[in-house]
Amino acid sequence: MLDAFFSIIQRDLLLAYRRRADLMNPVLFYVIVATLFPLGVSPDAEFLGRLAPGLVWVTTLLAALISMESIFRQDFEDGSIEQLLLNPHPFSLLILGKVVAHWLITGVPMLLIVPVMAMLLHMPVQAVPVLWITILLGTPILSLIGAIGAALTAGFRGGGVLLGLLVLPLYVPVLIFASSAVSAAADGLAVSGQLAMLGSGLILALVLAPLAISASLKISMS
Amino acid sequence: MWKFLYRLSSLKYYYEWSGKWVPWLLGSTAVLMLVGLYWGLVVAPSDYQQGESYRIIYVHVPSAWMSMFVYVVMAGAGFIAIVWRTKLSEIVVSECAVIGAMFTALALVTGMLWGKPTWGTYWQWDARLTSELILLFLYFGIIAVHSVIEEPRTAARVASILAIIGVINIPIIHYSVTWWSSLHQPNMQLVSKTPSVHPSMLYPLLVMATAFQLYFVSLLFIRMRNAILHRERLTSWVQDISTRN
Repeated sequence: MLDAFFSIIQRDLLLAYRRRADLMNPVLFYVIVATLFPLGVSPDAEFLGRLAPGLVWVTTLLAALISMESIFRQDFEDGSIEQLLLNPHPFSLLILGKVVAHWLITGVPMLLIVPVMAMLLHMPVQAVPVLWITILLGTPILSLIGAIGAALTAGFRGGGVLLGLLVLPLYVPVLIFASSAVSAAADGLAVSGQLAMLGSGLILALVLAPLAISASLKISMS
Repeated sequence: MWKFLYRLSSLKYYYEWSGKWVPWLLGSTAVLMLVGLYWGLVVAPSDYQQGESYRIIYVHVPSAWMSMFVYVVMAGAGFIAIVWRTKLSEIVVSECAVIGAMFTALALVTGMLWGKPTWGTYWQWDARLTSELILLFLYFGIIAVHSVIEEPRTAARVASILAIIGVINIPIIHYSVTWWSSLHQPNMQLVSKTPSVHPSMLYPLLVMATAFQLYFVSLLFIRMRNAILHRERLTSWVQDISTRN
C-alpha cells in the first residue's frame, strides 16, 4: 500500500522533471508579484518592512492558488485518475500521494525563494526564520485545501475562476495565523501559539482533506 | 417516522405536503413578526447608554443567528445529499445558499447601520465582522457552483461537499468575540441564572428570533416548491398542475 503511495509520488515527480521549465513558473510568479509591491505601495524601507509579513503571505496564497489549477487537469484528461480509482489500493491514499508530489514541486521552490523575497521587502531579520517555518507549515495546508477545490472544479468549464471563489475563503485561517506569527516575530513577541495552531491545522488537513478530495474527484468523474 | 421521511424524499409527495403548510407558516410568521416588532420598537424600554439606536438588534441579532443556523442546515442537508443522494436534500442545499446569503447580508448591513452611531464607524476589521463576511463569501461560492455547473445533480453534490467543509467557519464566528476580545459585544448569556439582557428587552428579541425561524422555513418551502416545479417540469404530474391552473 505504501509502495503504491510512493510510486505515485515518484511518477509525478518524474513527470514534473520531464517538464522542468514549468517548475520555475510559480516561483517566477511569486517574484514578479512581490516586485509589484514596492512599485505600487511605496519603496520606503520602514513602511514596506511593516507590511512585509502580510504581503509575503498574500503572495503565497495567490501563488498556491494558481498552481492548484493544474494538479489534476492532465490526469483528468488522459484518464489516469480513473485508473487510480480502479486500483485496489485506497483512493484517498493515492490522491494524498499526488498532493504530496504537487507540494514538493510547488511548495519547496517557494521555501527556497521566500527568505530572499522577505529580505528584498525589508522584513526585519529576526522574523525571517519564523516566516520560513510558517511557509513550511502553511503551504501544505494550502495544497491540501486547494486540491479539494481543484478536484471539485476539475471536470467543468470556467472552473478556474470558480476555484478562486471556492478556495480563497477557506485559506483565510492559514493567512490569519501565519501572518500574525510573522508580525509577532518582527516585534519580538512569542509565536508558539500561532505556530501550534498552524501545526494542528496541518494535521487536521492531512487527515481529513484526502477524504474530501477523493469524494470530490468521484463527483467530478461521474 | 422513517416511513414518513422516506415518503417525504419523493419530490411529488413533498410538493403536496408542503403546500398545506405554506399558508400556516406565512401566517404565523406575519403574526409573530408584527408582535415582535411592536414589542421591540415601541414597548421595550430604551437603553440607558445607546438610547433608541439599540433597537436595531431586534433585526440584527435574529438575522445573525439565522445566517449561521441556515449554514448548519445547509451542511446537514449536504451530508444527507452525499450519503443518501436524495433529490430533496440537494434542493435544500441550493435554496439554503440563497436564503443564507440574504440573512448574512442583512446581519452585516444592520450591523453597519448600528455601528455608525455607536462605534463611530460603519466597518472595522474585527474578528467577528470579518468572519461573518467570509461566511457571506462561502455562500456566494456555493451559489456560484450552481450557476457554473449546468447539470443540477452534479452541482448539488459539489455544493454539498463545499458546504460541509465550510462548517469549520461556524464555531470560528460564534467564538470569535470570546477568543479575540474584539470591538463587537460578547455573546448574550441566555441560559444562566443572571441573563445579560433584561427580560423586558429579551422577550421581544426571542419573539423576533422565532419569527425569523418561521420566516426561514416558509421561504425555504416556497423556494423549494418553485425549484421542484422547475426541475421536474418535464414529468407528467407537474404538467398536470400547470394545465389545471
